[in-house]
Amino acid sequence: MTKYVAKRILMSALTLLAITFVLFVLIRIMPGDPFPVERMSAEMILQKREELGLNKPILEQFVNYMSMLLSGSFGNGTSLYNGAPIKPILTACLINSFKIGVLSILFGTAVGLAIGIVAALNRGKFLDGLCTLVSILGVCIPSYVFMIFLQYFFSYKIPFFPYFFDPSNFLMSSIMPALSLSLFAISTIARFTRNEMLEVINSDYVKLAEAKGLYGFELIRKHVLRNALIPIVTVIAPLVVSLLTGAMVIEKIYGINGVGKLMVDAIAGQGVDYNYVLALSIVFSAMYIAAMLVLDILYGIIDPRVRLTKKEG
Amino acid sequence: MYKPEPDDFEFISDRDITVDTNFASQGYWKSVAVHFLKNRFAVTGLVLVAVIIVFAVFAPLVSSYGYQEIISVTDSVGKEITAKSLSPQFGGGDSQNLFSDRTFLFGTDDMGRDLWTRTWQGARVSLIIAFVAIFIDMLIGMSYGLISGFFGGTVDNILQRFIEIIGSIPTLVIISILAIFMEKGIGLVIVSLLITEWIPMSKIARAECLKLKEREYVLASRTLGAGSFHIIFKQILPNTMGPIITQVMFSIPVAIFTEAFLSFVGVGIVLPQCSIGSLIEAGFNNVTILPYQILPPICVLAILMLGFNLIGDGIREALSPKLEDM
Repeated sequence: MTKYVAKRILMSALTLLAITFVLFVLIRIMPGDPFPVERMSAEMILQKREELGLNKPILEQFVNYMSMLLSGSFGNGTSLYNGAPIKPILTACLINSFKIGVLSILFGTAVGLAIGIVAALNRGKFLDGLCTLVSILGVCIPSYVFMIFLQYFFSYKIPFFPYFFDPSNFLMSSIMPALSLSLFAISTIARFTRNEMLEVINSDYVKLAEAKGLYGFELIRKHVLRNALIPIVTVIAPLVVSLLTGAMVIEKIYGINGVGKLMVDAIAGQGVDYNYVLALSIVFSAMYIAAMLVLDILYGIIDPRVRLTKKEG
Repeated sequence: MYKPEPDDFEFISDRDITVDTNFASQGYWKSVAVHFLKNRFAVTGLVLVAVIIVFAVFAPLVSSYGYQEIISVTDSVGKEITAKSLSPQFGGGDSQNLFSDRTFLFGTDDMGRDLWTRTWQGARVSLIIAFVAIFIDMLIGMSYGLISGFFGGTVDNILQRFIEIIGSIPTLVIISILAIFMEKGIGLVIVSLLITEWIPMSKIARAECLKLKEREYVLASRTLGAGSFHIIFKQILPNTMGPIITQVMFSIPVAIFTEAFLSFVGVGIVLPQCSIGSLIEAGFNNVTILPYQILPPICVLAILMLGFNLIGDGIREALSPKLEDM
């Protein structure tokens, strides 16, 4: 097991390094300069390039960048925030996004599980239909559309929640974004839970337990839930990552200073800020790879067959 | 040596051949179609998607306004007035309004363009993007997966490591990098879909190929002298179509979703072109003043997502019917 985990961690680190290199090269070979050329003389551009080390060979630049990354700095921005250091801004944004992300994952998992269990226990009845409806809605309606509705009705028509994100009133102003972000998680987890539960309920060992005389809540808790919940771990990890995309728009709509909004500003703002794009891309990729790594290791712990096949392959 | 003569043979057409009518044998696709059409949800999905497609194809054609046309009239003083931000109206309204004789089913936007025409034009653009991108993705992913699965060994290893690296870059990062390199517009949306959506397709094709390449008919074909590519594309490919079509049906809503997302963020479709995403974005900017503007594109989007998901579920169930459904 240790060997398997070590191998997976090494693979992930290598993948991240490869991605960082590709992203770095892509951004460096971009035509044009990363600073406002129209407002600078040719001499100033040369000087600026010298200053930023842009005329060194690309490999040397990459090594410099990596050593900077490893020392815990992301360098300075090129056009966003007047070229201030990236790290403090990025950290602040990450914390904002993280808080809302965690809230929505917790909420989404809890509600999704509840809906899925209720639906499976009432298979074919009215409640099942209702739960299916909720999970279908979550798939068809983008989270930002839901957010727009919430904002319109509960901030504008009935001014109960703040119209824009307000850091001083974190609890009230994070309810709506967390709720709309969790919509997709709710529907995915609910669907998955329902199908897993039904499969376990129809399995031979649950029938045996029933034949022994177990029934009701005891049966569900001891035999059904335990076995049904295992595969659900596998959907949660990809969901964490898909939150990123959803968060990008939600943050734009609700004016939250998060990583998604930062990315939108960096690419669709006045001037593209290459260093921000690079730093954010690396952070996103690292998060994604970390999520996949955790998922793989969890798989290995839960299901020993995965370890074995991986070893052969 | 005996030479056969025509008289030696006899037609057997009048022999009594009984066919089992209770459980008549069916072709594969025919049985899939029968199962699919029996599924109420799947048929509902099919109808929903068909309705939207019909509107997207014909509504802009028969509409009396162009989707980029800014509608205006000249009033009694000779001043030109545009039909800005009108609520939905159905003709024959009050005489105070200069546009009372016109029909705007979804109203007009803040530039004075007819939202009915724009909504269906947007649906058309979104659908075209989704179909084109997913079709190319299918071709790439299918070939990649089949080749990787069929040859195995080193080829498979290299191709799979490549997928692993591409697959561990988040879609968002790919899109951001592309947005710097490419001009905003349809091209950007299609390319980002091309880069991301072929991977699941190729995984499915590979898994199917691994299953099928050990079958007897592949061995038979090989014995008769068929080359690898003949076996891959003529023998194995037709048998992998089922799962691939299912995946296509689930990819199309993802593509529509991605397009809407990109246009909403501001790197997708640019004005005066329109798509579902850009219409939602335009509606969002006016949502507090003119809330009706955002409803039509959202409804179209939701119906399309629902329809394609229902069709996908239906096909998946029809491909592997459970005993209880028989």
